[in-house]
Amino acid sequence: MDISMEQPVDPLPGYKVIASHVNVRYGEKPALKDVSVNIPEKSVMAFIGPSGCGKSTFLRCLNRMNDTIPICKVEGEITIDGRSIYDPKLDVVLLRARVGMVFQKPNPFPKSIYENVAYGPRLHGHARTKAELDEIVIASLKRASLFEEVKDRLNDTGTSLSGGQQQRLCIARAIAVSPEVILMDEPCSALDPIATAKIEELIDELRANFTIVIVTHSMQQAARVSQRTAFFHLGTLVEEGETKQMFTNPKETKTQDYITGRFG
Amino acid sequence: MTEVTISPPQTLPVARRIDYFSEEATARVKSRYKAEARFRLMGAMAVGVAAFFVLFLMGDIIRKGLPAFTEHVITLTIPLDAAVIDPQGTRDVATLRAADYTAITREAFRALFPHVKDRRERRALDGLLSTGVPDDVRDAVLNDPSLIGRPYSARLLLSDDADLYFKGVGTKLLRASGTAPLQTSETGGDVTLSAPSPVFAPLLAEIKANATRLATASERELAKLQLSAGSGVSAALDAKRAELTTRIETLRKNVADAQAPERLDTSLASRLIAFQGGIIKLDEVAPARVTGKVILPLIPGKAINDWQIITYDTPETNRRLSDLEITWLEHLKAQGLVQSGFATRFFTNGDSREPELAGIRGALVGSALTLLVTLLLCLPIGVGAAVYLEEFAPKNRLTDILEVNINNLAAVPSIVFGLLGLAMFLNFFGLPRSAPLVGGLVLALLVLPTIIIASRAALKAVPPSIKEAALGVGASHQQAIFHHVLPLAMPGIMTGTIIGMAHALGETAPLLMIGMVAFIVEVPKGVVDAATVLPVQIYLWSDLPELAFQSKTAATIMVLLAFLIVMNGAAILLRRRFERRW
Repeated sequence: MDISMEQPVDPLPGYKVIASHVNVRYGEKPALKDVSVNIPEKSVMAFIGPSGCGKSTFLRCLNRMNDTIPICKVEGEITIDGRSIYDPKLDVVLLRARVGMVFQKPNPFPKSIYENVAYGPRLHGHARTKAELDEIVIASLKRASLFEEVKDRLNDTGTSLSGGQQQRLCIARAIAVSPEVILMDEPCSALDPIATAKIEELIDELRANFTIVIVTHSMQQAARVSQRTAFFHLGTLVEEGETKQMFTNPKETKTQDYITGRFG
Repeated sequence: MTEVTISPPQTLPVARRIDYFSEEATARVKSRYKAEARFRLMGAMAVGVAAFFVLFLMGDIIRKGLPAFTEHVITLTIPLDAAVIDPQGTRDVATLRAADYTAITREAFRALFPHVKDRRERRALDGLLSTGVPDDVRDAVLNDPSLIGRPYSARLLLSDDADLYFKGVGTKLLRASGTAPLQTSETGGDVTLSAPSPVFAPLLAEIKANATRLATASERELAKLQLSAGSGVSAALDAKRAELTTRIETLRKNVADAQAPERLDTSLASRLIAFQGGIIKLDEVAPARVTGKVILPLIPGKAINDWQIITYDTPETNRRLSDLEITWLEHLKAQGLVQSGFATRFFTNGDSREPELAGIRGALVGSALTLLVTLLLCLPIGVGAAVYLEEFAPKNRLTDILEVNINNLAAVPSIVFGLLGLAMFLNFFGLPRSAPLVGGLVLALLVLPTIIIASRAALKAVPPSIKEAALGVGASHQQAIFHHVLPLAMPGIMTGTIIGMAHALGETAPLLMIGMVAFIVEVPKGVVDAATVLPVQIYLWSDLPELAFQSKTAATIMVLLAFLIVMNGAAILLRRRFERRW
């Protein structure tokens, strides 16, 4: 199978992920209509909007998780570093290693903490010896601010941790495979405020090395954490721009109404 | 932005106040309580009825089967004469094996009853021991040749009838002691014991009562025959009617007079008298005198005023053991030579026509081999099929049809699989008949739908978040299934497998079709040797006439049930232990 692809054309330097005219349907029902957005690299972008507006659907398009849903049809173009991710010659599995995901409900594997983090790198052959694998695991746990808490019990099952720790474990698992982009689908919605604060701190540290896209229900979180924000409503991208500007002086009235709490 | 307007509410009817404390309401609550109590009662009764049936079944089987786990032996010291067993002194295995152990054991046993000289009586005496006794002694000598030349304390297995006698089947023994001095006198072969007073009157009364009962029973039988008489039904019926009529006449004639002596025959309970260390079997009883034949020699000089009347309650014609044989057995018991022990040969011997030698080892090994073949076949195929159908098969018409067919196969009668095995494996492929290989193949087909259905359910139960997490880290679909989903579904798969295996263990009909119903004596050594399985062994033994096989059948049922309980218990334990690991 010839997996060589055309040389990438980079029209917009500084942007990691570029989506143009993306339409998504679940069977006959349209979920996203004509969404175009540019996601800058090494920063945090937040997707906000009321329930059912399609932000999670769009997020899942970025690592082709929607492929697992048979009735979901995606049209349009999404490129990462200039290369289309829907290119038939692209290996989806490798894409998902480059674009990691953290889910809403923490879902560590029912294996040991070490195994949780080590599974990805081992699978993709990132470590040649056990020592290298250990290094990767410890580095990922440290980066996820979890190492100090679990360093004495790396063989305990991942499910024995608290909710916040489990989510940090999932983040450690995601960054262990050295992705370029990390997608986070409402990562703090199942956590208490203290755990949430820890994770937001973590996201702030991570953006130095990763492009992060976070879907959030909480506008305050979006305001705290992101540099750019996109507002979705009923399947369309209403407005997108710098976070500070969106929250103080939005261009669209719908955005204004959502932010001031008139609906949502 | 447009304002959303809501129209003002229409006038709604006034909300009803419901009084939950009125009499009506209380009555409704009471009737609800009663209905619930009735339902609970019915549930308890159902459980009670079920428990009663289970306990009844268990109790019956255990009661019938426990005797099979014990056997009676005669403990005897046998001289193992080197001149007979190993005349050359070479200790050569072939010579040791070929020696005449039958003669050795017979001689030693006959020595216990030196007065038995008649050829027929000697044969009856030999018949008290099992035909497997010489083989036991042979095995002992082959195991340890140093026993030759030394007296060997043997445990000689009793025949099945003798064994059953000591287990209480056969006849009731009644004893009545007496202290009147008895004078002996001999005429011809008969011995008469005379007493000074009519001490035998109670015995005579008992005998007459016995005779009366027998006469009444015969009259009833005659009446039944005459009802069904008509003209020329058959000569046999006529003969029976004539025989009964004469018998009734004879019985009634003597019974009329309470003082007249009674002659005993085999249709009445047997009466004997223990006197002067010996036993006399009585032929005639009068109030002050009894006459009979000596069957165990008297010791002259012993007290003449210490005797005992022994009654064998079941008449000789209704028994398998004769009076003589029972007397010998009681004599052995009185001398303390009879011992009962755990019948290990039930588990170490293969099948046999002799009930006391028959064991379930062949069936156990056959069952084990068959189940092994079944497991090795249906576990990989079943789990593989389930994984494919659940995760990889495209969702189209074809897979729907496949799913329906698999569900249907789980309900097909098992004998149909036997026919399939017969046609395909035996006739078409020419595999050996009666072999665990073919049995395993047939049972694998039987159990496969169950395993596929159970495995699919186990796979479905794994939360999709685990699979998504694996995909999110960059695992392919196949890797996610085999590294994460399948290990988590393993407990459910194993539970389904164990239940399937337990089901296969008890299957009889399909195995009958492929020939595992033969009388197999040797324990099978491999999967292509002829064999039988536990349920078939039960079926075969339940059909045999010898009484001793009845308890063996029940005992085998106990063994089979024990295995099933253990396997199903293991399945439940597994399920509990691994219930939720995520």
